[in-house]
Amino acid sequence: MSSLRRINFSTVMLVIGLLFLYLPMFVLVVYSFNASKLVTVWAGFSTQWYGELFRDEQILSAVWTSLRIAFFAASMAVCLGTVAAFVMTRYGHFRGKTALSSMVTAPLVMPEVITGLSLLLLFVQMAQITGWPADRGMATIWIAHTTFCSAYVAVVVAARLREVDHSIEEAAMDLGSPPVKTFFSITLPIITPALAAGWLLAFTLSLDDLVIASFVSGPGANTLPMVVFSSVRMGVSPKINALATLIILTVSLATLLAWFFMRRNETRRKAALRDV
Amino acid sequence: MKLSRSSALLKRLQLGRRAVIAFPLVWLTLFFLLPFALVLKISLSEAAIAIPPYGPLLEYADQTLHVFLNLGNYLFLLSDSLYIAAYWGSVKTAFIATVACLLIGYPMAYAMARAPARWQLLLLLLVMLPSWTSFLIRVYAWMGILSNSGLINNLLIGIGLIDSPLRMMNTQFAVTIGIVYAYLPFMVLPLYAHLTRMDNSLLEAAADLGSRKINTFIKVTLPLSMGGIVAGSMLVFIPAVGEFVIPELLGGPDTLMIGKVLWEEFFLNRDWPVASALAMVMLLLLLVPIVWFHRYQSKELAS
Repeated sequence: MSSLRRINFSTVMLVIGLLFLYLPMFVLVVYSFNASKLVTVWAGFSTQWYGELFRDEQILSAVWTSLRIAFFAASMAVCLGTVAAFVMTRYGHFRGKTALSSMVTAPLVMPEVITGLSLLLLFVQMAQITGWPADRGMATIWIAHTTFCSAYVAVVVAARLREVDHSIEEAAMDLGSPPVKTFFSITLPIITPALAAGWLLAFTLSLDDLVIASFVSGPGANTLPMVVFSSVRMGVSPKINALATLIILTVSLATLLAWFFMRRNETRRKAALRDV
Repeated sequence: MKLSRSSALLKRLQLGRRAVIAFPLVWLTLFFLLPFALVLKISLSEAAIAIPPYGPLLEYADQTLHVFLNLGNYLFLLSDSLYIAAYWGSVKTAFIATVACLLIGYPMAYAMARAPARWQLLLLLLVMLPSWTSFLIRVYAWMGILSNSGLINNLLIGIGLIDSPLRMMNTQFAVTIGIVYAYLPFMVLPLYAHLTRMDNSLLEAAADLGSRKINTFIKVTLPLSMGGIVAGSMLVFIPAVGEFVIPELLGGPDTLMIGKVLWEEFFLNRDWPVASALAMVMLLLLLVPIVWFHRYQSKELAS
């Protein structure tokens, strides 16, 4: 009876919610090992779709394009987002602060079709006036992804900056350390975990984007979501299931690793606090 | 001598400060704000068979500067009931999906915040993990589940509950469930952040004073988590209004949504001015929710 009472409504909803989130992904994984081409009819275990996936030149080259764009976009977004977060949390009042804070938070909720269309129109106009970019492709996707990813980085880093004790930085500056040196030798090491989290978030966001990339891309550059989308539009295909399984596996392993390290740090911190 | 050196130093500091502020301000002005001005501009120009496919706003001829402000695109949106139906369909679908996300997400976040401390990080990662995989593939998963020869129909026919498959794919139902599925983590995250920060002594005080559980929830917990409710709802509602992938893959001819209409105007009809006008009206429609979200976010950033 007492064990029954402990099972309350919200816990049941949490379990149902997690099942809702994970069952469809589980189905994708299971059917990637299906021998039949019909995705929904089970015809025995097979790994043939993985073989076909790795022989698909178009998908492989799209993966490489996407990884390169995501790497450079995430790196630039971390620079831009960190500076924006630093300015927002440490600089007090300055002219343009309201404008900056609006432009930092707006991309978080802006519908992708609007962002994509507006950036394309910008690139077209720039090409008319300055001659650059003559061809749209990786460079224009990189700029577009950097811009919207930096908003996410800024939110993550600003949250960390607000937690950090400001007085250490002030003490360093009072003792004559110039601002740039203070930032690199004091602030940056403290917020490194947030930078890593922001970089990873930006990386996955860039890898995942279909709509904005479709607007600002040219004929030369096809990202992975663009290739997957044109295939999925035709209906379900077991090759895409195999790709989905690999993506889910990679993200799960990375998350597991992150969890392991975060928990270890937490235990260490608690142990250190106990020793004091 | 000393004075002038320190003033030179101060000047350098000020210059450095300005440069640091300028870097994100200039980038975002150039690649976020300016593009919106261009959307407005092109929404007021006339479609033309040219590259790029729109006419100029300014023309100088015979010593006169002609300014063309073509309101035709906006009037066209009003005259064709397709566009109004698409806006209405988007807002309605996004609203229903947001309410569903809130009803599922709030108890989830509540249970997470009440869970033992060592479980909380794991639960948070479990809720967020799907959003780090691939949006496109998570929507695709529902195609295999909902289609006529899909998992649910096979299951129901297999156990003899129905004879012919239920039509679930390409319906309003499929689009709504797709949005709820894709956006649920973004609802849970801010709710959890608010509920976990809440001071438990308030709840204990309410209980000590004899308040019933449900009463405490309505009078204490719910108002204190209002910020999370607003943030989560806006994170779902605003992008859902402009959603393209979900209605394209799961919707049918009767599920009109504005993001899809805009995409088709742009990519299929190549009518850039009408697509721009559609984007401007969508932005106008979302202005209040976006400002609301921004107010909340800047309060968070400041606190």
